[in-house]
Amino acid sequence: MAGILSYGAYLPYYRLSRETIAKAWGGRPIGGERCVANHDEDSLTMAVEAATDCIRNVDRQGIGGFLFASTTSPYKEKLCSPVAATALDLGAKLITADYANSLRAGASAFRAALDAVKSGSARSILVAAADCRLGAPQSEMEQRFGDAAAALLIGDGRVVATVEASYSLAHEMADVWRKEQDKFVRTWEDRWVATYGYTENMQKAIFGLMKEQGLSAKDFAKAVLSAPDARSQQGLARNLGFDIKTQLQDPLINVVGEAGAAQALLMLVAALEEAKPGDRILLASYGDGCDVFSLKVTEEITRHKGKCRFKSGLSFKRPLPTYEKYLVFRGLVGEPLEIGPYVLPSAPAMWRTEDWVLRGHASKCRRCGLVTFPIQRVCYRCQSKDEFDQVRLSDKKGKVFTYSLDSLAGVVDPPLIQTIVEMDDGGARIYTGMTDCDTQEMKVGLPVELTLRRMHEAGGFYNYFWKCRPIRGGQ
Amino acid sequence: MEGIRDKVAIIGMGCTQFGELWDKGPDDMIIDAAYEAYADAGIEPKDLQAAWVGVCTGHPLGMSGSCLSEPLKLQRIPVTRVENFCASGLEALRNAVYGIASGAYDLVLAQGFEKLKDSGVAGLGAGRGVHPVREMRRTAPGTFAFIATRYFHAYGLTPEEGKKILAKIAVKNHHNGSLNPRAHLRREVTLEQVLNSPIIAWPLSLFDCCGNSDGSAAAILTRADLAKKFRPDPIYVKGLALAVNPIIPHFEPGFDWTGFEINRIASRSAYEQAGIKNPRKELDLAEVHDCFTITELVIYEDFGFSPRGRAREDVEAGTFTLKGELPVNSDGGLKAFGHPIGASGLRMTYEVYKQLQGKAEQPVRQLKDPKLGLAHTLGGRPEISCVAVYGRDLG
Repeated sequence: MAGILSYGAYLPYYRLSRETIAKAWGGRPIGGERCVANHDEDSLTMAVEAATDCIRNVDRQGIGGFLFASTTSPYKEKLCSPVAATALDLGAKLITADYANSLRAGASAFRAALDAVKSGSARSILVAAADCRLGAPQSEMEQRFGDAAAALLIGDGRVVATVEASYSLAHEMADVWRKEQDKFVRTWEDRWVATYGYTENMQKAIFGLMKEQGLSAKDFAKAVLSAPDARSQQGLARNLGFDIKTQLQDPLINVVGEAGAAQALLMLVAALEEAKPGDRILLASYGDGCDVFSLKVTEEITRHKGKCRFKSGLSFKRPLPTYEKYLVFRGLVGEPLEIGPYVLPSAPAMWRTEDWVLRGHASKCRRCGLVTFPIQRVCYRCQSKDEFDQVRLSDKKGKVFTYSLDSLAGVVDPPLIQTIVEMDDGGARIYTGMTDCDTQEMKVGLPVELTLRRMHEAGGFYNYFWKCRPIRGGQ
Repeated sequence: MEGIRDKVAIIGMGCTQFGELWDKGPDDMIIDAAYEAYADAGIEPKDLQAAWVGVCTGHPLGMSGSCLSEPLKLQRIPVTRVENFCASGLEALRNAVYGIASGAYDLVLAQGFEKLKDSGVAGLGAGRGVHPVREMRRTAPGTFAFIATRYFHAYGLTPEEGKKILAKIAVKNHHNGSLNPRAHLRREVTLEQVLNSPIIAWPLSLFDCCGNSDGSAAAILTRADLAKKFRPDPIYVKGLALAVNPIIPHFEPGFDWTGFEINRIASRSAYEQAGIKNPRKELDLAEVHDCFTITELVIYEDFGFSPRGRAREDVEAGTFTLKGELPVNSDGGLKAFGHPIGASGLRMTYEVYKQLQGKAEQPVRQLKDPKLGLAHTLGGRPEISCVAVYGRDLG
């Protein structure tokens, strides 16, 4: 039966306390903190992070599809899923699609993946949902929103949870939206939205599923209900007959923020991390209608629990010292990052060098075994020509060989931590920037892993490449 | 390989004042240095048979020989523009030397220049020349800081200990520059000033970095056997070497970041051609590429002046000061002159040339009876090392 083969999550390293936001504007904090994507992150890179977390022990070539879901896709015209799929080093025979424009996009992609697997279009489909939404400065949304990503691998076989049933409902009202040129999310008055949008529709859809399946609230161990805020969610849960203390999955508003299109899947990951074999989970996502699913947790869950980075992501974090830093990170003040006049951005150059730029491959000499990054046609050591195999470095670990803290480089978050990384296996050297790291943490020998980041936007397109970051907590 | 020893002589040189020459365009600097060299050699511009020019960042006239032929109005002779990053100046000289040694020409000009202060940025800028995508906003201090970090780590120095050694190099070169009217920075600095200067790229501080300046220098070359027809005290080219790495150090597997194999190879080759067995004893002065204090420190070791890992002892003993056993950067180096990229190698050559002739402008700077001197530029990220050895006497 089709279901979830594995799951992953990504929470950015930085947090912004709502006190800090409120203090900047003289307003009232809504409590807790929100995740803030680093200045070099966007929904695409966060989706790659969550997907990487999801497929750590999976044969990547065997994955049959990749679906990306977000309301904040970096491109308005250009599919992001192939960019992410290439960075994930998936095979070329691949179903790809982006699910956009709705807070329900993550759940919709989940449903599409299930349908594809059930119909036999693909044996497994990777779904990654990420969001990095902007609330207008000084608005309540600015405090409420949080940046995060979650990923699910959908397939048949040794699933951690099967999907027993689903129920969908379309609904039209202008409750939450963003026009073509809008930078910030707009909403109509929240009481109307909460009553006739979120609550009424979720209720209708969930009762619909329960009725069709002959289930009631007591049949579910956990209800994963996407929610704009905890109060609306609790009201809904009560109406549905759930016990808030024991059955309701926390919407993570306090620790992550409202994670947009990623919220439902992220909450599901949180619920799975606590689930027991045999548990039935209700998953419901709202946004211009609802997608509702009934999931049944299997024995496989015991092999998976604790392996994804959801919980570690909650504990490894660093507070942003000021609200201004947040503005800079999101590009709300300051100039976009530009590279100097010495390097001309080039789409063909990016395309030609995709194997190492995006896939993170190195060359391994067939004659002498030397591993070199970037891919070298002529071996640095033995000068053999075109005799190499490509090896993936993006999922390997390394150590800082040397570094500098460059205040001259002119970056949005100075100083720029420049590093020479030596990879553990094969000894390839990578010259790259360190990200998600405090300067005090820096030392020769620091263990690091690679992470896809947005380098710059010169040329009018996004240039993604691999940076390094400290491996935290023995991950 | 026979080497280049005693085949070519320098018979005239010119060097502009280095600095923020807001009131001088590249053409002004080129003209000033070239005409000083003509006068020094006692030649007329029309006597020149060929010319080479080294410049890295460019000229309004484009990246070609015309950037030299136009200001100097060279009369339809071959003019070639060369570029090898920071080694561009010595590269112009190197090509000119081989032009003479081949027998193709008897009298040629080698010139270097750079106009950095028209760029609008204080340093060389960030984001320089790695790749359109992977460009990491590389800066020169950022890269050379890699060496300092790793050198300190490899030899068990705390950042405080390491920075103190580097600071002594800055103090020495500032002192030498303070005595030199052509230098850009002409003031003494104290150890405390250096150590308290703001961080540019940790662990390097402001005073660990050389200045950015404009300047030009030029040399007139002829065959060694013709040299004395021009002047009684020509200076002979004893050795010339260039080593270029197969990959930039950043991606080089196993690169130890405590020195440069290209420096070792280039210096060894130049010594061999010059017949030098013990550079520390036989060289009377060395003009080396002190773009940063850490670069000078590792060059001491790469060039065999100090054993590896032990240059610090020589720094503390004052070995490389003006009055020391082997004066290094007696004119103030890149530290005091700044680094107008294409000009630097020829500016160093100018210092060696004048010292070997006993004609340092200030008697206080004149070394006692020097016979053999070296000039060196290290270019790129860095992956290019060029070494020239010059001697006062034939044989």
